[in-house]
Order: sequence, then C-alpha cells, then structure tokens
Amino acid sequence: MSDEQFYHALKVDEDTCFGCTHCMHDCPTGAIRLRNGKATIRKDWCVDCGECMKSCPVDAIYVEQDDFIEIFSYKYRVAIVPAVFFGQFPENISEERILSVMNELGFTHVFQAEHTVDIINEVILEFQDTKPEKPLISSFCPAIVRLIQVKFPALVDHIVPVKPPIDASAAFYKYLLIEKGATAEEIGIFYVTPCAAKIAAVKSPVGDDQNYVDGVINMDFLYNKVYQVLKSQTNTSSTIKQAAFPQLTSKGLKWSLTDGEADHMKGRCLAIDEIHNVIDFLERLENEEISDVDFLELRACDQSCAGGVLLSGNRFLGVERLRNRARALENKTFQTEELESFRNFIKKNIHLESLSPRSMMKLDEDMSAALKKMQRIRHIMCFLPGIDCGACGAPNCQSLAEDIVRKEAHLSNCVFIQRMMEKTRKLSPDHAIRLIENTWGKDRLDKDCKKKGAKNEGM
Amino acid sequence: MEFKYDVEGGNFAKAGHAASAVKKVLKQLNVNPKVIKRVVVALYEGEVNVVAHAFKGRIIADIDPSRIYIKIEDQGPGIPDIDLAMQVGYSTASSKVREMGFGAGMGLPNMKKNADKLQISSNVGKGTVVELTTYFNS
Repeated sequence: MSDEQFYHALKVDEDTCFGCTHCMHDCPTGAIRLRNGKATIRKDWCVDCGECMKSCPVDAIYVEQDDFIEIFSYKYRVAIVPAVFFGQFPENISEERILSVMNELGFTHVFQAEHTVDIINEVILEFQDTKPEKPLISSFCPAIVRLIQVKFPALVDHIVPVKPPIDASAAFYKYLLIEKGATAEEIGIFYVTPCAAKIAAVKSPVGDDQNYVDGVINMDFLYNKVYQVLKSQTNTSSTIKQAAFPQLTSKGLKWSLTDGEADHMKGRCLAIDEIHNVIDFLERLENEEISDVDFLELRACDQSCAGGVLLSGNRFLGVERLRNRARALENKTFQTEELESFRNFIKKNIHLESLSPRSMMKLDEDMSAALKKMQRIRHIMCFLPGIDCGACGAPNCQSLAEDIVRKEAHLSNCVFIQRMMEKTRKLSPDHAIRLIENTWGKDRLDKDCKKKGAKNEGM
Repeated sequence: MEFKYDVEGGNFAKAGHAASAVKKVLKQLNVNPKVIKRVVVALYEGEVNVVAHAFKGRIIADIDPSRIYIKIEDQGPGIPDIDLAMQVGYSTASSKVREMGFGAGMGLPNMKKNADKLQISSNVGKGTVVELTTYFNS
C-alpha cells in the first residue's frame, strides 16, 4: 500500500498531550486512538481537517511547519498569501502596511493566492460545458479532496480536474520571476496556510506530480510576527519595496469564503461548509437522494477558510471584513498585465491529474476475508456494552470491535468487559489496572491535584 | 450474512436509513464502488416506496461473496397492477408527496435498472414484497 507515503501536517506533542478523549471523539474519520496515555493519529485515515486541533483542551496537537529561516536560502522570497490573512487584521490597518511589514520580515514578493481565481473560474465553466457527470465537486479544499478519497471513493471522479488557486498562483509567480531573469533555484515560493490540510497537500500532493511550492508557513505564526511589528511601529506610513501590489477583485476576496465559488458557477450550485455537514451531504449524494445539482462547493471548516484552524481572529469578524471590502470593490476589475500575459500559461498548467480513491473503509482486500471479519465484528458487538465511552482508547464500541478484528486491540480493553471478567474471576484486579495503564498511561489513576480542573492546577 | 432494518411508513426524514447502512457494509467488504452505487440506489428507491405507501416495512439484506439479495416486505395497500407500476412515470403519489421531491413515477423502473434480478409480488390490501439481487462480479 502506498498509504504510508501520505504526509500529515497534524502532529501530537507527546509532552503536552495528557490523554483525554476530546480529539478522538471529534475526529470525523475516526482516525484517533489513545495508546499509552497519548493520542495517536492513523496516517491513512487522517484527512488533515484539523478538528482534533480545534477540540484539544491543552493545544497538544500542532501543525508542523517549515522553519522561517528557510526563506533566506532563496534570493527571491515569495509569499503566497490567501485573502483571509488580511481579513484578520482590524480595518484601520491597511493592506499596504501589512505588505510593507512582510517585506521587512524578508519577503521580496507578496502575491495573493486568489489572483488566479478568474482564470480558474473560466476553466471550470468551460469544463462544465463538456457536460461531465453531475455534480462537479470543487477541488478547492484539500481536506475535502482527501475525505472523498478515503470515505467516498465512488465520488472521486466528480472532483473538478482543475487546480485550486494557491497552486495556480504559485506556478504563475515562479514563471513570472523566471521570465524576468531569475533562475528556478533562486526562487522560493512560500505558502502562508490557514489550515493543516493545505500543508499536507503541498508536502504530498494528491493527483499532481509537479509542485511549485517550496515551503509552508503557518498563518498564525506570520500573523503574530506581523502584528508584533505593527504594534511597535510609531510611523504608520508604509514603505513598500515591492513595485506593484495588485488589488484583488471582489470575486477574489470572497473566493475562499462560503459561496465564494458556488456564486460563480453554472446551473444549480450549492455551498456546504463544516466537515460533518459535508459528510452528511455526501452520504445522501451517494444514495442519489440528491440529484440535479451541477456544482458543489464543499469546505471542511465552518465559514470556510475564514474558520481555518491556523487563523487567529474570530471567523465571523473575518468574513465580515472581507465582505465589506469586497462590497467596496464590486464591479471593479483590475487588469494586471502580467497576469493577463500569462493567462494561456496558467490555463495550460492548471489541469489536475486524476485522483485515485484509497478507501479506509474496507476490512480486507479479499471479500471473503472481509465477510469473515465482519461476522466477527458483529459477534464481538454482542458483548460490548454500546456505551461508546471511549475508555478503551477507541472512539466507540464499533471501532473497538473493528480494531480487535484488525488485531490492534483486545476485547479486554473494554473497561466494562474487564468488570465482567473480574466478576467471573478471569481477570485479577491488578491485571485490570495494568490493562487500563496500557491505554491511559502508567500511574494514570493515581491522585494528581495538578491536573486540569484539580485544586492545584497550574501550580 | 444477514442484516435487518425496520422501515417506518410516512417518516420521510428517516428514508434512506437502511440504504446508508447497507452502503457502509458493502464499503467495508471492499465491493466495487460502481456495484455499491447500483445496490444503494435500488435499495433507496425501495425504502422510499415503503415510507411513501405502506404502514411499515422490513428490509432484509443477505450478503455472500458472490451477491447481495435484498427483500423489502411491507404491510400496506399493495400494488393492484404491477405491470402498470413498472412503467416509467406512472405514479399514484399525492401532490403533497410530490412536493417533497418524491413520487415522480421512477421508483420501480429505477430499481429494475439497478438490480440484476427484480421480483415483485403483491397482495392488494395486505402488502408488497420486492426482492432484488445484485451480483458483485457482474
């Protein structure tokens, strides 16, 4: 299986994780297990949506990023920044000031990811004219693309074979600089990401062999850095070293927000945000309960990218700011000559290679073997209590039963089964405690007044 | 291996429950996604028929490595003329049901299209039995 190659940006900080069940219960693909008192993420099941990070009470889940110093290994240091980055700042801080701080921090060029949305829009509309199987599903959100690959393999063919704006913009800017005389090695393209899924997509792109992004910087990291400089500035005038910073159109500003794409496609278009909503919708779509939809914009985060796990501000305020700014720019077009001259290049390089399903659902490649396993699971479920407490280290009884059949857990991991075994003297109390410690860590049940919520918390 | 699902007549909010459950099972068994789709579409139609027309029903799905056999049994008005019901576009659905997006007269024809074998028997005033078989390697 090639699943092992999949890079995941979400990591568990084992020193901080104290072993609760929040992330395990919130993971929409059931990819988290508790082992030895720490959360572990199953690589081939994780879609990098970031729900675990949002639910962690102690910030033990983090997004791995490239070291900022790495930007200085390049002569031309390009930051590709999505519009939601600017939406986090209060309205009295202008884009120009933010840009000048980014120049100060070391970026020689700043380019907004959504500059290529008009061309992407055009290509998708042309593709819609070829009457593909309905509905088309946007490839914009990398967590959704992965979700479909692992959980809805039959829908993989519905994903629009057009790259998302960040990839198109990265490709464009690299070629623009080469055109202007830079060599490929001198150019470092860094994407400022609002989410974990995008990092994973950059490090291990799905359905795309060529990758123009050289590194990824977490949006919260850059936000703090920029904000710190802004706060210490006494002189509020900006000095932009970069020649022209083209203005995004109203469409570009709103593209990554909910309805950003759906508003501009042909036919009946629907926008659905938040991953559980998306899963529910895709279930119905698969059953053909829903038909006659032409285009689906699906985003893993509530409020789409404004709700990205690496954003610092409140997502509703971010959406409001971007919409306000978009309103002021309505009906205005900003022709950036450079972008226009590369229109054909972008259109040619925007095609997304076909994606392959990699179902996480199957119990076995061989159907007879899978049937036997399923029979065993159903048998095991006769004994498990159906409480779904998570005390076994799996999110629910069904998952434990499946883990047992996969030989990754034992029936005695269930604390209620342990009780029954103690009653029938098949298990000694000491052994039972050891079993619990295997899942929840050594001495986990000892008195500890420093734990979260206890009387000496933080002391 | 046998699976049983109860279907409540008149409750459209729950229509599709059995289809989703069977879909999950077939995915776990690594059945070809295209075959899964056919089975699920046919089953969903059958499930909606029970919800729309009958008082209550029961779905039994039996799976072996070669095929899935589904029996949809209901207690309801029955179908007086099965040949007529099989015609595309023929519908007895009330306007209320049509407003909800059901009852376009495609149910049985769509089931026939998506199953390898379809057998219907009905007893007017008592109920209907629909049997579907789909082979995994067809």
